[in-house]
Amino acid sequence: MLYGTRLRALSIATLVTMTAALALAFFYAPMDADQGFMQKIFYIHVPMGIVALCGFVWGGINAIQHLRTRDAKYDLRSYVAIHLSLILGAGVLVTGSIWAKASWGHWWVWDEPTLVSFLIVFLLYATYQPMRFSIEDREKQARYASVFAITAGAFVPLNFIAVRLAQAYTHPRVFATADGGLPAKMQLPFYLSLLGMTLLYITLWRYEMASKNTSAKLRALRRKLAGDDAVAPVGRTAAPSLPTT
Amino acid sequence: MILAQTTSALPDNTGYVAAAYLVFFALVLIYVVIMASKLARFERELTELNDVADERFGPSAPAARPAPEEAARR
Amino acid sequence: MSAPATEPASTAPDAAPPEPRYVPLRTAVRALLRKELALELRAPQAVPAMALFSVTTLVVFHFALQRGVVDGDLASGVLWVTLLFAAMLGISRLFVADHEEGGLDGFLLAPTDRTALLVAKAVGLFAFLVALEVVAVPAFALLLLGPSPSFGAYAQLAVLLLLADAGIALVGTLVGAIAVQTRTRDLIVPLMALPLLIPVVIAAARGTSPLVLQGGSQGLEVRWLFVLGLYDLVFGLLAYALFDYLIED
Repeated sequence: MLYGTRLRALSIATLVTMTAALALAFFYAPMDADQGFMQKIFYIHVPMGIVALCGFVWGGINAIQHLRTRDAKYDLRSYVAIHLSLILGAGVLVTGSIWAKASWGHWWVWDEPTLVSFLIVFLLYATYQPMRFSIEDREKQARYASVFAITAGAFVPLNFIAVRLAQAYTHPRVFATADGGLPAKMQLPFYLSLLGMTLLYITLWRYEMASKNTSAKLRALRRKLAGDDAVAPVGRTAAPSLPTT
Repeated sequence: MILAQTTSALPDNTGYVAAAYLVFFALVLIYVVIMASKLARFERELTELNDVADERFGPSAPAARPAPEEAARR
Repeated sequence: MSAPATEPASTAPDAAPPEPRYVPLRTAVRALLRKELALELRAPQAVPAMALFSVTTLVVFHFALQRGVVDGDLASGVLWVTLLFAAMLGISRLFVADHEEGGLDGFLLAPTDRTALLVAKAVGLFAFLVALEVVAVPAFALLLLGPSPSFGAYAQLAVLLLLADAGIALVGTLVGAIAVQTRTRDLIVPLMALPLLIPVVIAAARGTSPLVLQGGSQGLEVRWLFVLGLYDLVFGLLAYALFDYLIED
């Protein structure tokens, strides 16, 4: 399967959507009554969070496919999905921290259950790559990584429920704008930004899959042209590799 | 003090908003950089492989192939 | 989990030897569990280490918190952190003996469902955790706990402990099975298990707080039992679905 085929269309769509979303966010959406200008952070922070979480679950779904079909390509898809979500997740934590500083004067607050749950999920997925790296056998590495991805993917909703329960009794929900009840003029840029972020994720995912696919094909081509000796053996790596035929 | 922060004028909060958006763009641009270096590596490897193919099969005779004209037309 | 019927021995001269009798799940679990407990009883390593570690941790807490007594939220937190970290030791060691001495390979040859190993290990770990708590909770009450909870409060704490132990046992078995194949198993276990166990910590700590209040224990909120129950159910299903993939050869 070729992953690069729709990249150009996807990246253009991403560009258009995100630009429109951000333009609307800054010039069309009204200023928030309580938080003022800094509420604008919400237009990228929350979509990044939602897309990152969906990405983790998408990684889990691909992992299920991998265990069912034993096809290495699903393992690669899962790996890239989790890898991307982790990067977006880091962005969520940083932008969330900036928002907390702007709102509350502290670089981190425990009051926002969504952000706290996100930290826990991030810490969990951060073990994915080290775990992969420490299992040398490729097939075993892929299999164990899939089990982890499924467990962690199922853990995400459970974790959110638990953290929300923990907060409900001590702190009221502070960032109510993250919930429903958004004024109409704020909804359009928010949903547009969510769409743009999703397109961005898909674009980057295909980008990376195409890149890995190309690497594998290049290796295969090198082996065919120059013989087995010209191809350096793949050392220990956390990244899955496609079969080189 | 928090009251002063939330009701203060644009300057204070613009910095934070700008920082947050910069983080987002930085992440995307880092990706561009990584992909750029990968693309450079692919180009290098393909050129190398093309040379290896030439050695094995001999350089393709220009007259035998209509392909270069089509490539030029495109 | 259907059990194929055993092949009757054929009397024809060139018949294949009879298939091994398929071992039903309950028998396999009982045998494996007996082995786990026998090993631990014969050469106690995990439980004494966990128990000693918990007592030492309580002493460290005394100095770190600079207090002689704790109550309420603080007491709840101290108890659960101690139990959790002691559990990490148990999880790290759970599959080590099988992995190093070929027990896993032996099990794979046995004509039984792989789930038997999951159940046996999880129940074994659960038993070790209960044994740990038999030492750790009285030690905690003795060393650091200010108020003296009533018998009823202790009973409620016991229910909470049992539910939490089930969750820790299930997660621990999964993580232990993953970690035993890695080269950095002692590092991977806490890194992976602790985030996964945070819902347990949330529910257990919140549930325990009212039981150890200075002014006398208030009742245990049932909602935390439900959260723990839900967690145990989800991870039980996950472990059941995924464990087989971890111990293929």
